[in-house]
Parts: sequence; structure tokens; C-alpha cells
Amino acid sequence: MNAIDKTTATETPRSRYSAGVMEYRKMGYWEPDYEPKDTDVIALFRVTPQDGVDPIEASAAVAGESSTATWTVVWTDRLTAHDKYRAKCYRVDPVPNAPGQWFAYIAYDLDLFENGSIANLSASIIGNVFGFKPLKALRLEDMRLPVAYVKTFDGPATGIVVERERLDKFGRPLLGATVKPKLGLSGRNYGRVVYEALKGGLDFTKDDENINSQPFMHWRDRFLYCMEAVNKAQAQTGEIKGTYLNVTAATMEDMYERAEFAKSLGSSIVMIDLIIGYTAIQSMAKWARRNDMILHLHRAGHSTYTRQKNHGVSFRVITKWMRLAGVDHIHAGTVVGKLEGDPHTTRGYYDLCREDFVPQNLAHGIFFDQPWASTRKLMPVASGGIHAGQMHQLIDLLGEDVVLQFGGGTIGHPMGIQAGATANRVALECMILARNEGRDIVHEGPEILQQAARHCLPLKQALETWKDVTFNYTSTDTPDFVPQATAAE
Amino acid sequence: MDAVTDAPSADARPFENVVRPPDAIDLRAEFVESGLAAVLEELDTDLVGLGPVKRRLREIGALLLVDRARARFGLQAVSPTLHMSFTGNPGTGKTTVALRMAQILHRLGYVRKGHLVTVTRDDLVGQYIGHTAPKTKDVLKRAMGGVLFIDEAYYLYRPENERDYGQEAIEILLQVMENQRDDLVVILAGYSDRMERFFTANPGFRSRVAHHIDFPDYSGEELEAIGGRILGGMNYTLSPDAEEAFHRYVDLRMKQPHFANGRSVRNALDRARLRQANRLFNGDRPVTVRDLTTIEAEDILSSRVFSGGIDSYPPLKP
Amino acid sequence: MRLTQGAFSFLPDLTDQQITRQVQYCIDNGWAVNIEFTDDPHPRNSYWELWGQPMFDVRDAAGVMFELNECRKAHKGQHYIRVSAFDSTHTWESLRLSFITDRPADEPGFTLERQEVEGRSIRYTTRAYAANRPEGARY
Repeated sequence: MNAIDKTTATETPRSRYSAGVMEYRKMGYWEPDYEPKDTDVIALFRVTPQDGVDPIEASAAVAGESSTATWTVVWTDRLTAHDKYRAKCYRVDPVPNAPGQWFAYIAYDLDLFENGSIANLSASIIGNVFGFKPLKALRLEDMRLPVAYVKTFDGPATGIVVERERLDKFGRPLLGATVKPKLGLSGRNYGRVVYEALKGGLDFTKDDENINSQPFMHWRDRFLYCMEAVNKAQAQTGEIKGTYLNVTAATMEDMYERAEFAKSLGSSIVMIDLIIGYTAIQSMAKWARRNDMILHLHRAGHSTYTRQKNHGVSFRVITKWMRLAGVDHIHAGTVVGKLEGDPHTTRGYYDLCREDFVPQNLAHGIFFDQPWASTRKLMPVASGGIHAGQMHQLIDLLGEDVVLQFGGGTIGHPMGIQAGATANRVALECMILARNEGRDIVHEGPEILQQAARHCLPLKQALETWKDVTFNYTSTDTPDFVPQATAAE
Repeated sequence: MDAVTDAPSADARPFENVVRPPDAIDLRAEFVESGLAAVLEELDTDLVGLGPVKRRLREIGALLLVDRARARFGLQAVSPTLHMSFTGNPGTGKTTVALRMAQILHRLGYVRKGHLVTVTRDDLVGQYIGHTAPKTKDVLKRAMGGVLFIDEAYYLYRPENERDYGQEAIEILLQVMENQRDDLVVILAGYSDRMERFFTANPGFRSRVAHHIDFPDYSGEELEAIGGRILGGMNYTLSPDAEEAFHRYVDLRMKQPHFANGRSVRNALDRARLRQANRLFNGDRPVTVRDLTTIEAEDILSSRVFSGGIDSYPPLKP
Repeated sequence: MRLTQGAFSFLPDLTDQQITRQVQYCIDNGWAVNIEFTDDPHPRNSYWELWGQPMFDVRDAAGVMFELNECRKAHKGQHYIRVSAFDSTHTWESLRLSFITDRPADEPGFTLERQEVEGRSIRYTTRAYAANRPEGARY
């Protein structure tokens, strides 16, 4: 039933370019024998054709509509090196266990893209084709970005290693918290939360995505009070502290103004939301690079197009684009928290952030080998519905190069924010100590936490308050390929 | 010198797994489970001769095994002194046995890593003031968890020069040998007579060395057996005539000065291989596998030993 | 005040056995272990004094503990001492772990100085109380 006709018709130039409508597969957008070049950008789409539409034709149409084609033949093609510019769909596979869905591999010549521009890359690949009528749905699953293209981007301004050096924090995840309630606090009250959390042991606090400059708190007020809190906590502990000041605003001019003010106050980090758009993100990344600033990206809005499996853009593609664009932090999922995140798929995102070479791993949703060619490493952030009692799982699943953000898990502590922060820090340190000693933290984790709680009342209280709260819902975005045990019947 | 030899990776450290003492300990079973039996057996088969050395090793192994059993019953409060001296002429197998000793100590849990660091005076003693302490400490740090083998240890002590830096190395060594017995085992090695004088002049060493093992010279037969193994390992054999020639060679060489037991045998065979190669190269017919693997009598008989000289390269001055 | 730099400052001071295990973890990962000490614990003081060279070829934590004890003999009570581990892997080439092993008997902490400048902005300076005394006579 999955057998499909993969033949292609050979056309002479004359018949190919005579006016009229022609099948995409016959216009050269289907080339089953094509061997992608090392410099090609490769995109993998999940194609769901309308009933009755041939999957090859649908896939060829995606290649066409995301490169040179339009609905009818145009003679102006013949003024160009059209063989080069035409995207080539070279492989179409049925999606395992998903009737009616197909994986289409499409190769794009490097010359189709502007150097160092996510705006251009995304406009080319997803700009036109997602509303195409013969398709029921379309999803960009993964992309192979060739070294030749990767090298045209600056990449993260700071990166994991330099961030750690700048903060003088090595060998453990960083700890953060988002200030809550996210709306309504005055600048002075807001700074209080920051001070308590940082003094209690967190490394970072964070503005939420929609904290900008509302009637209850103007941005300058927030920045001033927050920096008082950061500096005071720093002097209290002798340790570097920071708070992600959200500079997201209506215009680039506003964002630059806010970022400059944050810099003038001595902040080490600023943050932006994904919804500001790729061009604004790249502009801010370049600003951060010029000003030795860590740039935190809150992935606000991504779930509108990343979560559903049959339509949109996978978050792994967004992760790749953001590493190229040059942010330093990106929210990449918690697995155990309140937001969407299958463990294998999430592991794939983390690898894309942190490794210099990410090999193909279908079980993690990674379809291509991805070389990063020494592009700096992007620090993943785990945030949303996590608490100290899950520390062993978090470290086991996410490793140590990650920011663990406990918002409710800090501020909701029964004995106050400082106690909440201390509970998280002690839980973190005792778990890293135990892991390094070679203990099996996945199984001994709860016991290790209880032991540490004996000399730390706040941790004891935290463990009692949240016990084993978890959010166990089925993920929607899961890998299509599951490692199968070979049957030995 | 200054070589580090790794212990074969064996995670046999039953010492650590013991939680509470059992009612009785089966020493036989321990002997096998600890891997000690295997190491000693290997030693027996791999090394020719060395009867007294093998016996001493077996005794030390038994002592350590019993010590360990006693410790598990709480009968032993302090860790035993394990530093040793290996005395004997060159080429009698001291380094090889040190390597096995490191394995034995590792299997029994007396050293944590089981590697062997081999050094001489030059690795420990510096050239200028302030140079020696860091050098010695560096060697000690690298040896920790394993065995430090100091070859010709008496060169550390040069009484004729009262400002010799060797004294500084000796003091640091003694301190660490005393205070960090859990962290490393030191083996001092060299000629018997010189070692004896060294211990007399440095009683601190004598009192810290628990086991003395003397390595006797090999007999003629043992040396021939060693030669046979060396050749076998490289896919060579002696023709019957060559065997006879080699027998005579060993007989003569043993009586000459600068004789270094196994090492002299190895050197002699290296030279015989060189002559064999030249003979084959200058021959006028194609060579067979048999030609390539056979040492003939002439390859051995052209040695200077047979004309009253000493077989070495470069030639020793008469 | 307790200085909270390093990976394990929120735990009770590590015992020598605990330090040994962490050091062995670093060695087993192929990292070079350093011992550093300072009497200037300012959070931006990147360069603590090195106690000897980083130890590249040590197999067993005992070698590092030997040097740590030597360093303690010279500086315990007067200086902070930390152990850090350097990883030379390409694209890392930096520290992988850093933690404090010893602290001065008394940690007076830091004062925060504020200089009011234009537009309600403030310039902050963090100063260690101990740094008011000359180097070597601080704790």
C-alpha cells in the first residue's frame, strides 16, 4: 500500500518550457537519482497530500513552490541557470505508522540563500508553500545546514563556555527563576523577589515573556530596581548574579534603547522573545556580540507552529536557526515539567544546542548529521513546572550544561523565596556531588535528597510541599522512529 | 627511563565490596577470586627460572592475602608496609617482576590503579637549587595509586658531594614512603652489593622496606631457554647447528665481563638476526619462508665472542 | 557570611574523602586538576594564585591530595583554597569543575558601594572588607 510510483519523465527543454500547466515532477523538481552535494541545504518535510494527490507530485510541488516554480510554466526560467536553482526532491518515504503522511527530502543549492540571514533562509523554505491547496498539511521536520552556510553566521555571542567563564560557575547546571506573579508587581516589589531569590542561591532571575513596560511597571523602573537587587545579592554572597532584563518592545529603536540602558547599569544579560521575529533577533544578537552581553531567548509563541505533528515547523529547526542567529540561551523543554516535551525529542534539541557535531539519530528526531564547525554552544534552558524533588531526573535527562528554572518551585516555597532558592541550590549541589562520586542518581536520587535535607530545612520543606508532583500527559510531538527490540521468537 | 606501564584493566577489587565480616574466610577461594592465583600462574609460565624469586612472590602474596583476611576481622589496625627492594645483576628480570608485583598489589586492593612508574636518579634529582623537590614530587604524584620503581636507587646517595641534590630527593621519598603507605608502593632496585651499602648509609630506607627479594643470575640452560622464547615470539627458530653454536656462545659470554643475563641474550639474538638478514640479502637465490625464519650456525659463529672479544655494539675497547 | 563561589558551597564543607572522590572523577575524565588559593575573594577575581602547575599526568587522586595538603600547610586559615579541573577537549578548552576546599576561619564578606549618577542610575562597586588590609595579612 506504501508502494509509490517513483519514475520521472524526461522532458526536452522545448517541451518543458512550452506555455501551460505541467506536473511539478515533470518540471525537474523530482530527481530520484540526485545525490545531494556537501554544500546543499537539505530540508525534510512531512507532507500530507489532499486525498487523491500523488505523494511524489505533492513533494515535487513543495520543492517547486519553495524554490523557483510557480503554478504555470514561465519562459523567463530559460534566462537562468535553472537546473541549479531548482530545488530537487530526491526521496519520498512513507511515515511509519502514519497513513497518508510522507517524508520528502528536498535539496537546495547554496546560491538560493543570502549569507547569514535567517529571514532569507526561512522565507525561502517556509515562505510560500505552507498554504498550498493540494496539501492538507505540511511540516518542516529538520534541515541539514551545510558547513559552508553555517560559517556565514556569527552564532552565539557568548556561548556556554564563555558564559561559564564570565560567571565563574563550572560543573553544575545554573539555577534560575521567573519572577511571579508575572503581571502586576511594581518595580520596587519586583526587585524584592529578585533580591530574595538571588541571595538564597539562584544564579539568575528572569522577566517573563510579557513583562515589557506596562502601566503597573515601566521598564526603566524595573531595570533600576532589579540591578540594585543583583548587586546587593552579589555582595551578600561573593558570587556573580544576573537577571534577564526583557528588552522586547514594539520597535528596534525601543529595544536598543532598553538594551543600552541595561548595559549602562552593568547587567550581564538581557532577554528577548521569539515573537520579535528573526531579523530583530539577529540584530539583537549582533548588538549582544558588540557589547559582551549574554542574550537570553524566551521561545514565546513557538507552540503555535511547533507542537502539532502534521503542520508547522519542528522546534528542532527553530533551535538550529537560533544557534545560527546567535542567541546564548534558549528554552528547550524540561521533559518532566508542565510544558510539552517528549524525552527523546527534547534530547535531540539539547544535542543541537550543545554539541559541535550532532549525528543522525532518528529515535531523537534528528534526521541528518549536523556539523556546527565550532559555532559556539547554545545554553538550553529548562523552565516550567519543575521543582527540587525532581533534581535527579533533571540532571539525568538534561545534563549539567543547562539553566534549570524553578519559578513556582522557588517563589512558592512555604518559608519564602530565599528558602525556596536555597532548597533548589542544595538539591542541585548534593545531586552533582553524588553523580560525580559515581552514584546511581536515577534510583538513589530521592534518598540523596532526603540525606541532604537533614542539614537543610528549606529543602526538607520543599520536598514535603511538592512531593512527587509531575505532569504526566502524552506528548504530541514524539519521534516517528522508535528503536525496536528484535523479536527472538 | 621514566616510563609508565599500565596495569591490565581488571576491576578486581573485592576489598571494597566487603560490608561486614563473614564467619570464616576461605583463603583458597580468595586466592583464586582475587586473581592472585592467575597472576602467579602467569608468572610461572611466562618467566624462565627465577625459582627463589617466584617463591618469595608467592610468600608475599600469601602474607597479603592473610593480612587482608585479618583486616576484615578487625585484627589489623594499620596498613602494612609494602615497600620492597629488588637486588640482583642486570637482566635478571627485576623490572618484569615489578610489573607483576604491581598487578598482584592491585588485585589484592593494596594499590588503587596498579600502574608502574619506572625512574632513575635523573628523573628525581634536579640540576639546580630548587629543582629537585618539584621533580621528585611530580614523580611521586604520578606514581600514586601504583608502584614506583627506582632503578639503581643508590645513585641517589652521593656522599662524596655533600651538597648533592640527591639528599633532598631521599628526604622527600622517605617522608612519602612513611606517610602515604596507602597511596603508593616503592621498589628500590640495583646491584646487591651497592644496595647493601646504600641501606647501610641510609638506615631510613632499610627500616621502611619490608621485603627484600634477591634475583640470582640465570644458569646457562635458563639463558638458552630465554633465547628460545625470544626467538619464538618473533617467529624465528635456530637450526640444529645453530642451537649447538648458541649453546657454546652462552657458555663463553657468561664468563666475560659486562654480562647482563637476559639482556645479553636478547642483544646477541638481535645481532644474529642482523647477520641472517645480510646473509639472505647477499645470497643469490630467492628466499623461502624457511630461510626467513631460520637462524643458521654461521649467523651466531661470526660473533666476536668466539675470537675472544666481547659481543656488543658499539664494540667495547679491550 | 559564607562565600558561595564554586560548585559545592551550599553543602557542609567537604571532607577529604569527598574531595578525593571529586578529584578522582576529574582525573578519570582526563582533566588536569589545579589547586589555587587567594585572599582576595572578589567575584570578578578570575586569577587565584596557582599552587604549582596544573597536574596533567596524575592517575590517582592521592597525588592531588598530596599537593592540596602541602598548600594547606602553607595557607590554611589565611586563604581560600579551591580545586578546579581543566578539560582540553576541542570546543571546550576551559574548566569543567571548580569548588572551594578550604576557607579562612572568618569570612567578613563584602560591602556594596553606591555612587549616584544621572537619571537615578547607580554605579555599584563590590569591595571585600578583608581587602582593606594588605595582601597576605587579610585573614
